[in-house]
Amino acid sequence: MAGTIKGLATYQLEEIGCQIILGNTYHLALRPTSELIDELGGLHKFMNWPRALLTDSGGFQMSPVDGKPMLLTPEESIQIQNRIGADIIMALDDVVKTTITGPRIEEAMYRTLRWIDRCIAAHKRPHDQNLFGIVQGGLDPVLRDICVRGLVDRNLPGYAIGGLAGGEDKDSFWRVVAQCTATLPEDKPRYVMGVGYPLDIVVCSALGADMYDCVYPTRTARFGTALVPEGVLKLKHRAMAEDTRPIDPTCACMVCKNYTRAYIHSLVTKDAMGSQLLSFHNLYYMMQLSKNLHSSIVQGKFPEFVCNFLQKMFPKGDIPEWVCNAMEVAEIDISSCCAPFRYIQATKVQSNLNEDEIQAV
Amino acid sequence: MKFAVKAWSNGGARAGILHLGTSTIDTPSLLLSTRKGLPHFISPDLLSCLPSPESRLLHVSPLHFLEGLSMKTISKIGGLHQLLGLHDHCFVSVPRDSIQCLPEANSTNKIGASFETPCGRLLIKPVEYMEMISSTRPELWATLADEVPAWVSDKRNKTSVDRTIKWLDECISLSPASGAVFGAIVGGSSLEERRRCAQEVATRNVSGYWVGGLGLGESMDERPALLNAVIEALPEEKPRLICGLGLPEEILQGIAAGVDLFESTYIYHLTLGGFALTFPLDRTQINALNLAPSDVGSDPRKINLRATVFRKDTMPIVEGCTCYTCRNHTRAYINHLLNVHEMLAQILLEMFFPVDKGSYQCRPI
Repeated sequence: MAGTIKGLATYQLEEIGCQIILGNTYHLALRPTSELIDELGGLHKFMNWPRALLTDSGGFQMSPVDGKPMLLTPEESIQIQNRIGADIIMALDDVVKTTITGPRIEEAMYRTLRWIDRCIAAHKRPHDQNLFGIVQGGLDPVLRDICVRGLVDRNLPGYAIGGLAGGEDKDSFWRVVAQCTATLPEDKPRYVMGVGYPLDIVVCSALGADMYDCVYPTRTARFGTALVPEGVLKLKHRAMAEDTRPIDPTCACMVCKNYTRAYIHSLVTKDAMGSQLLSFHNLYYMMQLSKNLHSSIVQGKFPEFVCNFLQKMFPKGDIPEWVCNAMEVAEIDISSCCAPFRYIQATKVQSNLNEDEIQAV
Repeated sequence: MKFAVKAWSNGGARAGILHLGTSTIDTPSLLLSTRKGLPHFISPDLLSCLPSPESRLLHVSPLHFLEGLSMKTISKIGGLHQLLGLHDHCFVSVPRDSIQCLPEANSTNKIGASFETPCGRLLIKPVEYMEMISSTRPELWATLADEVPAWVSDKRNKTSVDRTIKWLDECISLSPASGAVFGAIVGGSSLEERRRCAQEVATRNVSGYWVGGLGLGESMDERPALLNAVIEALPEEKPRLICGLGLPEEILQGIAAGVDLFESTYIYHLTLGGFALTFPLDRTQINALNLAPSDVGSDPRKINLRATVFRKDTMPIVEGCTCYTCRNHTRAYINHLLNVHEMLAQILLEMFFPVDKGSYQCRPI
């Protein structure tokens, strides 16, 4: 965020149960500048947010706002983040799109490792700001492995899995997450950057990830879309104009307790209040999801939670193959939610049959 | 609804108490403007941060709902309180909303009143308007009026008075059991027509009066006489509501004439512009005030928080103010929000205002 979650006051964020907010280093460095934030006592004080803050490196969004490409060195990134004062700061990494192939990926991974040392050296506040390293390496398991080992050697407070959520297919996505969580230390947080959709978060949590960030809940709210257990609800639809039910009857948020789909429909895309209310609900939904993931694990009921979640989202049992595969690796039995045919599809992956052989069978 | 005058000033101004719904409100009082029933910026869960009960009166134009929500659905949901989830507030329904539902006098005819709205030009007949009132169930509503700007011909002006009275009678005859009726009074800039309309409406069985047709081209100098012409013809013990006055000085004019309730778009425009009102309400402070505009471009009555002078200003908007915004945020933060075009700026500014404006006391300038 650029000093605020769009349209919501800190009081509301506390009510929703937000514990940590991500600050957009690039935007904040442009306006009001990290020097000003520092002068006024840091970002917590500036926006009056008493809970936790995390800043990204500022490197991911290089696209110019004022026409000039912003060249950011590791030292500059850390310096800016030191001034902003977030509790968790991210190392500057060299990110490449997962859809790219070739030597660029390897180059980016090694550069990320060289830069982590520069970030550590430049970090002036290691006692109150936690520097997380970011694992790169594209979709190549060998490169990812080298990167993980390199970062773990530096004994950082936490590790992020970067370079994903950028258009790669879901099957590749979960495999990278699975590999990283299997090799990163158990006793440090694992943060999958840019994720994401509720389904992705559930899968990554099953694989052992702990933290996520995404603009999806608020961005989709501004387009009139609400997050619900079944997936999404498009409030712009004409059918909503007469629907006097709440967005989600199982949701306890202020919006679902007080408003009908019909009223929200009359607001969305026409009045800012529509975006505000939907953002509130969507964030509440995500916070609830996190809470439920946490408590179901603590109570030893995680597999039941996952099955329940998947059943609501895929009532016909048509759970995507990549989810089935990931859950298999995560050792979560979701056979009760899969329609029989789909389960067979999933197990096909385990066998070595190719397409022709399967046809013959 | 119950209303009683508590105290009189030397002139026409008076302090009163209004009992409406579950609220007891001191008058003069300012209504909060809304869009489809909710404030323009402040989200409903933050409304409780505004001073109560002063901020409990909400002005609603039922015409807003014509964009996307049928009266049948509103009725099914149970009216405004259920629709908006605001059970502690009171709704005052006036068709005109000086921001987005402006009376279009050229298109108004004997069948209905025309308004320029975001869904185009709408002609509202009395029977349609009353359907809206029955469905939305506000605590208080004004009858449908033919509001004309100050420059129309005498003939057109006279017609507007005749029509408004006719529609008043129609509305009352279709009136639902609940909800207090305020009779609409128009008359443009003609003292005679204003007086005539007021005298007619005073004979009707209404709970109070809505003075319409102002803020449509007449000057501030003309207004006191027009207001007096209306007020003189009205019974003292019934409340008067007015729309279309903007600046604090205009509101004070209205108070001096004997108006009790106001709806103003001033706050909305200030909020959008990034302004915060800072004039003192204490008499001694007012006297000490130098009201000449300063070089910075803002005057002692308000500050423009977009100005670079506030970039590092860690003071609240007004020191000592106990509103949500001043308790939690600084001028520097709001300045930043305005610069990056974040809606939170307007939310915080709108929340700041009512503490100042709602606490108007009854005192002559």
